[in-house]
Amino acid sequence: MRFTETRAALLFISPWIIGFLIFTAWPVINSAYLSLTDYDVINDPNFVGFDNYVTLFEDPKVGLALRNTFIYAVMSVPTQLIVSLGLALLLNSVTKASGFFRTAFFLPKMTPPVAIGILLLMLFNGQSGLVNGFLGIFGIDGPAWTTDPDWIKPGLVLMNLWTVGSSVVIMLAALRGVPQELYDSALVDGAGWWKRTLRITVPMISPTLFFLFIVDSINALQSFTEAYTAFFGAGNTTYSNDAALFYAIYLFQQAFEFLHMGYASALAWLLFIVIMAITAVQMLVTRRFVHYEGGNP
Amino acid sequence: MRRLRKILIWAALIAFTIAFIYPFIWLLSASFKPRSEVFDHRILPETFTFDNYIRVWQEAPLALWMFNTLLVTVLAAVAVTITSAMVAWGFAYFRFPGRGPLFGLVLATMMLPGAVTMIPVFLIWNSLGMVGTLTPLWAQNLFGSAFYIFLLRQFFLGLPREPFEAAKIDGANNWRIFTRIALPLCKPAVVVTLLFEFQAAWTDLMRPLIYLRDSSTFTVPRGLKALLDQFGFGGEWHWEIVMTASVITTIPMIILFFLGQKHFVKGIATTGGK
Repeated sequence: MRFTETRAALLFISPWIIGFLIFTAWPVINSAYLSLTDYDVINDPNFVGFDNYVTLFEDPKVGLALRNTFIYAVMSVPTQLIVSLGLALLLNSVTKASGFFRTAFFLPKMTPPVAIGILLLMLFNGQSGLVNGFLGIFGIDGPAWTTDPDWIKPGLVLMNLWTVGSSVVIMLAALRGVPQELYDSALVDGAGWWKRTLRITVPMISPTLFFLFIVDSINALQSFTEAYTAFFGAGNTTYSNDAALFYAIYLFQQAFEFLHMGYASALAWLLFIVIMAITAVQMLVTRRFVHYEGGNP
Repeated sequence: MRRLRKILIWAALIAFTIAFIYPFIWLLSASFKPRSEVFDHRILPETFTFDNYIRVWQEAPLALWMFNTLLVTVLAAVAVTITSAMVAWGFAYFRFPGRGPLFGLVLATMMLPGAVTMIPVFLIWNSLGMVGTLTPLWAQNLFGSAFYIFLLRQFFLGLPREPFEAAKIDGANNWRIFTRIALPLCKPAVVVTLLFEFQAAWTDLMRPLIYLRDSSTFTVPRGLKALLDQFGFGGEWHWEIVMTASVITTIPMIILFFLGQKHFVKGIATTGGK
């Protein structure tokens, strides 16, 4: 009986086991090995020891790409969290038509990232873009978002704010789970809106904020498509793109444009370590501020 | 005071709605404008023209790209849904030694950045001679995907056990119990999986960049990038072509959203999205 149940279970799970062995376990081992070699796909891998890892620290583009990626993540993640929390609070304070507004906020999330990269180039164009046209109404002379190295990352951050819709939906679900009694008693005590938000709402939804903080950070550290579309690729001779060289883009270039498979594998392992380290620090630091109903697990 | 607050909230909601929807309107409107008027920011084109749509159709094998994308997307979504549901059911229904650690391993794979496996997986497809074909874009989905396995397992765990035990006593085998009882009961989660993967496969750019070489094998996002490289900053400066192609790439996703809006919103609210 026990045996047949185990056999049946293994049959159902077998697709994942096979897939895990072929597409995860073997690639992880192979990637670790390749990172110790020079490999261009055409000739056999040539073992070079830790040379690739030494090169990582000497390659100025690695430093540049890491810096770009950090700066982008540090600008992007908090902005995303604050804006999505603000929008979710707005949505939560109306009963009528909240479905309509939610749809409107979510819809941009459906846009393919490649189209978002293209929209970035057009909406944020320094001379004729919509964003600077809008700023012009208020007499502000907008920057050259897509060509000025100092403004490329802020432009990407703003463009990606267009797709906060999924975070808004997640936060709204969390907000609706906050018990109304808490607000009622706070109102009796005469607490104002700000106080209620900071003392009740934010602590009550802190597990969701924490989850989004971690996930958004991991995603921001791996940003690729929007920036690659807008600033890299065959046709781009117009834009200076050093400021948009994210780590994932540099890795992609090394692997699939220059066929430096060994070096790119070492780059991938550095990314893995960096993401793990950042996530661990975030968890240690923010854990203390996360409030779980029924005590911390 | 109360009234004023209400007005302010509504004003803010409407302002944000315009901010979120306006880029769509701007893009759609620009796709109907001649080249010289593309950046004039008018909502309604001064000169209304279908030329851009005709031009895109002539310049690019759009129908072929659409067909390629649809093929990849349907195969990817159907494959990942069936196999993830099977695996999820295996973890949810049966009790067997090592179940906990094995499921922990499923979750652990989600923590691994795609960059680590990207190169060796490319080498696997390369050694099979499949680089340049559409197969690498979807075939990995035949082995399930950790995120969907997690999602579907949660759903299966929430089902009562009685109908399955009853079917077992009636002599139904495990496959029958899974396909005839478990899957139909789990329809909402199955629909969410299909929709999420459909969107993910339709919009992906990185894998087509890695695996597709010839324009005739491109998916729509890969083709859109090629059009941008040629007509955008490739020296030709025909932004109206790029914009029109962007509209064509985006519209299927908008339709998908309105077809499955309820499921999308629910799926993202309960799982935290992808």
